[in-house]
Amino acid sequence: MTDPTDLTKLSAAELAAKIHAREVTSAEVTRAHLDRIAAVDDHVHAFLHVDREGALAAAEAVDADLAAGRAPASPLAGVPLALKDVFTTKGIPTTCGSRTLEDWVPPYDATVTRRLREAGVVILGKTNMDEFAMGSSTENSAFGPTHNPWDHARIPGGSGGGSSASLAAFEAPLAIGTDTGGSIRQPGAVTGTVGVKPTYGGVSRYGLVAFSSSLDQGGPCARTVLDAALLHEVIGGHDPMDSTSIDAPVPPVVEAAREGARGDLSGMRIGVVSEFRGEGYQPGVLRSFEAAVDQLRALGAEVVEVSCPHFTYALPAYYLIAPSEASSNLARFDAMRYGLRVSDDGTHSAEEVMSLTREAGFGPEVKRRIMLGTYALSSGYYDAYYGSAQQVRTLIIRDFDAAFEQVDVLVSPTTPTTAFKIGERVDDPLAMYLADLCTIPSDLAGNAALSVPCGLSDEDGLPVGLQVMAPALADDRLYKVAAAYEGARDATAGSLVHQVPELNGAAR
Amino acid sequence: MPNISRDEVAHLAKLARLAVTDEELDTFAGQLDQILDAVAKVGEVAGGDIPPTSHAVPLTNVFRDDVVRQGLSQQQALAGAPAAEEGRFRVPRILGEEQ
Repeated sequence: MTDPTDLTKLSAAELAAKIHAREVTSAEVTRAHLDRIAAVDDHVHAFLHVDREGALAAAEAVDADLAAGRAPASPLAGVPLALKDVFTTKGIPTTCGSRTLEDWVPPYDATVTRRLREAGVVILGKTNMDEFAMGSSTENSAFGPTHNPWDHARIPGGSGGGSSASLAAFEAPLAIGTDTGGSIRQPGAVTGTVGVKPTYGGVSRYGLVAFSSSLDQGGPCARTVLDAALLHEVIGGHDPMDSTSIDAPVPPVVEAAREGARGDLSGMRIGVVSEFRGEGYQPGVLRSFEAAVDQLRALGAEVVEVSCPHFTYALPAYYLIAPSEASSNLARFDAMRYGLRVSDDGTHSAEEVMSLTREAGFGPEVKRRIMLGTYALSSGYYDAYYGSAQQVRTLIIRDFDAAFEQVDVLVSPTTPTTAFKIGERVDDPLAMYLADLCTIPSDLAGNAALSVPCGLSDEDGLPVGLQVMAPALADDRLYKVAAAYEGARDATAGSLVHQVPELNGAAR
Repeated sequence: MPNISRDEVAHLAKLARLAVTDEELDTFAGQLDQILDAVAKVGEVAGGDIPPTSHAVPLTNVFRDDVVRQGLSQQQALAGAPAAEEGRFRVPRILGEEQ
C-alpha cells in the first residue's frame, strides 16, 4: 500500500492533482525527490548530474503561477522529471555517458527539453546511460554503471538504465528515454516500469544527440500507463526544427489510457508474435507473459497467434544499420570545436589529435560499433551488409503490415530474460545484443511500442515486461491495451513497482 | 564466413580516426569477426527484387524562408571549444611537415 504522505511514492497524475489543488507545493514535491536522490543515488547511480537549484527555481515558478490564480501550463506542471543525458539542456551538462563530452555544457535546449520547461515540468537532472546510447545494460557509461533497484548486482537495462532506475528507486515520478533498439522498453521491463517508444517522428529529435538517426526516438518513462500518456502529450507533436518529425496530431493517448483503465477490451484483436516465445527465452518470463495474455483474453480481447517470419532477421539487420549510422554521426566528435581534446602539445597534427582524442574519449562498445559501421559501409561490403540489412528492413515492415491487417496490436515479452548480473555479458557482445531481440523490429519499422510490467518471474523474483506493438501513428492503441491490462493486474497483485525492495544494500 | 584480420581492423580504425592500441586490435579482431559472422544472416533473405528501406517515414526536404535570425554569439560558440584564441577556435596544425 502506498504511503499517501510519502510524496515520492505517488504517481505523476496524483502529484499534479495535489499541486494544482494547492494541497502541496511543487517545491515541496521537488525537494522530496531531491532528498530521495541524495539518500539513495549512491546505491543506484541513476543520475549523472542533479540540478538542485534549477529544479527548485522551476518548481517555485510553478507555485508562484498557481498562487497568482493562473491555470497550470500543462497537466504535469510542477511534477519532477529525470531526463536522459542524451538531450541537450542549456546551461546543464550533457555528456551522453561519454568522456568525450564530460565537460560540455550545451548552448541550447533540445525541443523535448524546451517543451518540458514550457509545460512547467521540473527537470531534476540528467540520467546515466550507455555511452551515446549504445548498449543494453548501462554498463557502457564512462561514469560507471547504474544498478537495478530490484537487485543492485544486476543491470537496470540499457541504454536508458538511469531513467528507468530513477523511477523504480522513487527518485523521480517521470523520466525521458530514447529508444534506438529498445532502450526505453528494455530498461522499463527489467525495472518493473512503463516505457514507451512513440511512432518514429512522433517526438522531435532536435537536440537529441544522434546515435542512429533513422531509428532514434525519444519517449516517456513512468510508473503508470496514464503517467506515460500525460508525458507523451507534453513532448509529442510536430517540430519544424526536425525534418523527420511527422506533421500530424499527437494521437489521443491520454484519452486512450483513461478508456483502457475502464477494463474493457472487447472488440480488440490482439496478435501474439509466435517467433518471440521459443528457444532462448527464460521460462519464468514466458510464464508471466502467458498469464498476461490470459488476462487480456479475460478483459474481452480476441487473441490470435500471428507469424512475423522475418523478425528473426531484425537483430542482425539492426546491428548493421545502427553502427553504420553511428559511424557517420560520431564523426562530429573530432576534438576541434567542442568536447575533449588530448595530445594537443604542438607536436601532433590535427588528424593525429583527432585519432588520439577519439581513442581516449570513446569506450570499447562505441569503438566496436564505429568500426563495424565503417566496415559495413566500405566499398566491396556495402551490398552484402548494409544494403541487405535495408532490404530486411523492408521485409520486417511488410510483416508488420500483414499482421496489422489481422489484428489491432501485437504482443510479446519485452525481453527474453529478466535483468542479468552486472559484468555477466560485457565480454560477449553477441550475448549482450540478444537483450533487445524483441524490441528491435518496431524500431526498424518505425512503429509505436510500449512495455508494461507483467509480473515477477517465478525463478528469480525479478520484473518481466509485456510488450505491446501498434502501427505507426496508432500509439493510442498501446495505451488502451496497456492501461486495461495494468488495471486488471494491479487489482489482483498490487502495483508491481511498489514491491521493489527497500534500498539498503551496499553502496556502489 | 567473414574472416577479418588484425590488419583489416587496423585499417578500419585508421579510416575511423581511432588510434587503437595493440591490445584493442587483438580484442576487436576476434569480436568483429564473430559479430560479422552473425549479422551475415541478413543475406539469407535479401534478394534483388526487395527495395531497401533507409528510413521508416518518407523524407522530404524542409525549407524555410531565408531570413536573418539570431544565432549563437561568438562567446557561446566558443564556450565549449577545447581551445580558443583571439575569438576563434584554435586547432592543431593541419598541414604536415612536408607541406
